[in-house]
Amino acid sequence: MRAAPSPRLAKWLVAGPPTLFLLVFFAVPALIMVVASFRFPGEFGGLAPLAATRAGEDAGLTTENYALFFGDWIYAQIFAKSFVVAALTTLACLALAYPLALAIARSPRRRRDLMVLLVVLPFASNFLVRVYAWMIILGPLDLLFTPVAVLVGMVYVHLPFMVLPLYTNLEKHDPALLDAAQDLGAGAWQRFWRVTFPLSLPGILAGTALVFIPVLGMFAIPEILGGKDDWLVGNMIKEAFLGTRDWPFGSMLSIMLTLAVLAVAGIAAALGRGGSRGA
Amino acid sequence: MPLLEIRQVTRRFGALAAVDDVSLAIEAGEFFTLLGPSGCGKTTLLRMIAGFDAPDAGAILLEGRDLAGTPPEARPVHTVFQSYALFPHMTVAQNVAFPLRMAKRPAAEIERRVGEALEQVHLEAFAKRYPDELSGGQKQRVGLARGLVNRPRLLLLDEPLGALDAKLREEMQLELINLQRDVGVTFVFVTHSQPEALALSHRIAVMDRGRVEQVDTPPQLYGHPRNRFVASFIGRCNVVEVTVSASGGAALALDAGRLGALVAPARPDLAPGTRGALAVRPEQVRIGPQGTVADAENRFDGVVRDLLYVGDVTTYVVELAAGVRVEALLANAAPGRARVFEAGQPVAVGWSHDAGVFLAD
Repeated sequence: MRAAPSPRLAKWLVAGPPTLFLLVFFAVPALIMVVASFRFPGEFGGLAPLAATRAGEDAGLTTENYALFFGDWIYAQIFAKSFVVAALTTLACLALAYPLALAIARSPRRRRDLMVLLVVLPFASNFLVRVYAWMIILGPLDLLFTPVAVLVGMVYVHLPFMVLPLYTNLEKHDPALLDAAQDLGAGAWQRFWRVTFPLSLPGILAGTALVFIPVLGMFAIPEILGGKDDWLVGNMIKEAFLGTRDWPFGSMLSIMLTLAVLAVAGIAAALGRGGSRGA
Repeated sequence: MPLLEIRQVTRRFGALAAVDDVSLAIEAGEFFTLLGPSGCGKTTLLRMIAGFDAPDAGAILLEGRDLAGTPPEARPVHTVFQSYALFPHMTVAQNVAFPLRMAKRPAAEIERRVGEALEQVHLEAFAKRYPDELSGGQKQRVGLARGLVNRPRLLLLDEPLGALDAKLREEMQLELINLQRDVGVTFVFVTHSQPEALALSHRIAVMDRGRVEQVDTPPQLYGHPRNRFVASFIGRCNVVEVTVSASGGAALALDAGRLGALVAPARPDLAPGTRGALAVRPEQVRIGPQGTVADAENRFDGVVRDLLYVGDVTTYVVELAAGVRVEALLANAAPGRARVFEAGQPVAVGWSHDAGVFLAD
């Protein structure tokens, strides 16, 4: 009989493969991008070499990309617009998803799975096909290529990412708490506002993260449904890599976006700690 | 006028009557217990008093006013739940303040009354803790404070001690008795544990299959059960099948078949030939070496088959000549106790003519 592996070894066997995977496919590319954002673009796209091979060639490291970003208001404006779109999308998703998730969580157990399936059913068809379908809907309404179209598309695509974490949270609530609240004098609105809502904050937070962050980087929906002025950060990054083939500039935009998201998340976390304790 | 009156209340779930034509009157200041096995309808009745369920027939009146149509949040009745049902996102103080905030009391009054309520349950030091930082007994005390802080006319307690371990349960029983006496609020307590019901209650309603079998004080219930269900549910009991042979004299004469003749407390109302059972509590049955117990009117020889030693007392299961088994309880600190009997040992058991209760079929 073989000896059982020690707990330490078992832990490494379990945690090892994903750690390795993330190290190779997340940490290393991220690092490459940080370095790339401090380099010059190559003559025919890509990156210029680190050491110059002929006189007058741009080579080595530079902060020029960042100087460009901070040198023109237009970039800050597009960032701000992206955050506004992301915030509006998140709010709209929350407003639509909360009643739906609550209805699913409070329906009979055997019907819940079917309802969750219906929520994720759109994923069964291709994302682009679904966005193009909105062109057909919005065209006759004279809304195509407007900010409204972008918002509608964003909300439509991201709604399931708000419904699922909310449902997962609400489904776990102990119904005895609502009985207790009612027994102690709370009407229907008070029961929601004082019990259900505060207990669902973790679900709201998870759904917000799952909607807000992908919307910031989204380029397909503004490109298909939006007009010329509806470009977001995602479109700029996509254009830098695939259009002008200026990798360093695209890398810089990506990093600025990451930093901006981290800053927002940090501020939100600090506000959360300062306020009342979430469940 | 009783504080709470339950008038011929029936609640059906499909073909099953969970509560079947129940009538009860609970007085102000009482510690009243609904006792019965699981599924007897006691929790359904409690939910109807709280307002979470409505009777199919009958009425529930609080201070003479019919509660039908009054939702739970508008009833001056609060509940302490078995699962505690404390709000996990609120501190102990916020939990206790909840009913006061719902009643829109001024902030200063809320603070004062929360402080008083926490003091009553000895949790002043825990006001800022969250429920998941409390032990089971502390959570239960928060539940009590939250239920009492708003001075309800009635506090309903749904097996509140069910989740606690034995030692803590006993401590909480004493605390409950003191708390109820101090605050003077009427308690309606639901439990399936008969020792708990006997220890806590002023009066007990014993329920079985949706019906109330008997309502009495604990000593009356224990000493004078009205039927076999109550006799066997409240405490341990020896039940001997008998027929009344004569009821006219100073004692009731019974025929116990192969066991022979028995005498029991007089019941002039019974006609000879009435069939039933004689219930005798194990502590009323005396046990001694063969040849003793001579002064007991009902006296038999037998053999010890089993014994259950629990420290303070020992229960002996004695098989009598006719194959009838009788349990006898002997306090191990009884003065003059000669010895502990062993399994297989021949003994004499007996009980006096004034012990036992006749239960008609």
